[in-house]
Amino acid sequence: MSTTALDVARIQADFPILRREVRGKRLVYLDSASSAQKPQAVLDAMDRVYRESYANVHRGVYTIAEEATTLFEAARTKVARFVGARESREIVFTRNATEAINLVAYSWARANLQPGDAIVLSHLEHHANVVPWHILREERGIEIRWIPLTADQRLDLSDLDRLLDGAALLGVTAMSNVTGTIVDVARLTAAARAAGAHVLVDACQAVPQMPVDVTAWDADFVAFSSHKLLGPAGIGALWARADLLEAMPPFMGGGEMIRDVTTDGFLTNDIPWKFEAGTPAIAEAVGMGAAVDYLDAIGMDAVRAHERELTRYALDALADRFGDRLRVFGPAGADDRGGVVSFLFDDIHAHDVSQVADEEGICVRAGHHCAKPLMRELGVPATTRASFGVYNDRADVDALVAALAKVEDFFSI
Amino acid sequence: MSGLQDLYREIILDHYRAPRNRGELPVPPAHKIEGFNPLCGDEVVLYLEVEDGVVVDVRTSGQGCSISQASTSMMSAAVKGKPVAEVATLIRAFKALMSIHESKLEGAEGSDADTDTGGTDLAGVRLGDLEALQGVVKFPVRIKCATLAWNVLQQGLDETAA
Repeated sequence: MSTTALDVARIQADFPILRREVRGKRLVYLDSASSAQKPQAVLDAMDRVYRESYANVHRGVYTIAEEATTLFEAARTKVARFVGARESREIVFTRNATEAINLVAYSWARANLQPGDAIVLSHLEHHANVVPWHILREERGIEIRWIPLTADQRLDLSDLDRLLDGAALLGVTAMSNVTGTIVDVARLTAAARAAGAHVLVDACQAVPQMPVDVTAWDADFVAFSSHKLLGPAGIGALWARADLLEAMPPFMGGGEMIRDVTTDGFLTNDIPWKFEAGTPAIAEAVGMGAAVDYLDAIGMDAVRAHERELTRYALDALADRFGDRLRVFGPAGADDRGGVVSFLFDDIHAHDVSQVADEEGICVRAGHHCAKPLMRELGVPATTRASFGVYNDRADVDALVAALAKVEDFFSI
Repeated sequence: MSGLQDLYREIILDHYRAPRNRGELPVPPAHKIEGFNPLCGDEVVLYLEVEDGVVVDVRTSGQGCSISQASTSMMSAAVKGKPVAEVATLIRAFKALMSIHESKLEGAEGSDADTDTGGTDLAGVRLGDLEALQGVVKFPVRIKCATLAWNVLQQGLDETAA
């Protein structure tokens, strides 16, 4: 039961965790939008660092320290190339995408925004791209404007020019983690440029699912994580234009980010290290580089085609089986959405759905998905969400549909 | 689905489908108390009317998963018409049923001995239908769903006593 775009059976064999069972059932992992599983190549790359070349980076002159540094910086170059950066030094390694966004909020925004300045966010945003700005609003008295949604949870851009008028920053997701809505980032950056606003893109969901070219987007800041990208947790990245990074004050102080320290003060290091205080997640960076290699070998166009095909199959299967009894959120077709499907039975809570699914070995997320402003727009406290990775196939969707039929039976009145 | 049948006992599903004591009471004389489970968005609203040391009436509203809403319904049926002192004991007995490990970790609500056995003073407490919720203990994430209504009730008793 393979899909057309990818040889999923071969890919599945690369993911050791998919061989395990849960409650005697085959593991059906449909929560990649939360965090993706890891291929053997990533596990091996990290293991090799610790077994063969582990030392702190950018410090020792001995052989394994140089090897570790080379591996670490090679990973940066891989990640930079993967997202279309012009130079490796435009990639700052962070702990995760949340830290990447906070870096922008604490460094760039605090250096550039004055009380009364406006920023624009969308109703699709994850809490990671909402709360740092609420904090800044409380601290600095900035204004936050919101891009509203259409009835099918696309961005309603009819009033965009007015929202952007005089704004200093547009912060927007490239793809919703709840509805799967794919946002036309290039169109938004063009409008923001015309209004003189900078652009921060939350690309957590987009980078693992489709070709991303930050240069073509013409954005200023792009945040993404490794753990959704088949890589390890504990590392993420901020891509930013080199001239902006040069001008920004440091975020955290410590080792690595300095050129010189005296009792009177310090000089900052060059970018990107200026923003990488303290010993970084070395093996994790190498693992992220290996994940990028793995996806490169598959090809991101093929990944996107796979996600679209599987999402279309899922939307059709859910509609065929449950009709109006199951509310599916987000754009109707699969063309404008990534591999994320959020849904809700009228009278069955998302957590009960997820619990029954677990009994069938199926991992689906229930809750507000760290996007409560969006949940308020949807008018629901929680949804159940299935999301697809390169290792999912139609059999996984069929298993989900069968489990949902059991849910309906179990809770039927 | 044997594990599921432990969690979703028939009596629980019955309370979920046909919740008892749904509605509102005029405030005052009733107290209105709200509780939320931020993880899953469960919401319990409790109207509690206490007169001369007796819970004379109770109504509930809110929304959430079957466990949280069934527990709310079962709680309302269990405490209506009971003296406050008896309700307080029932809360402790229910929490002992739910949260043996929780109490141990928090360490504040009595010693291990008293949570392990349910406590000598709780030994005679009859939980009746509420015992159906015991299956929740096997699903640790859901314990908070089951205890939400009871925490709201405790808050209500505290407020009426104040």
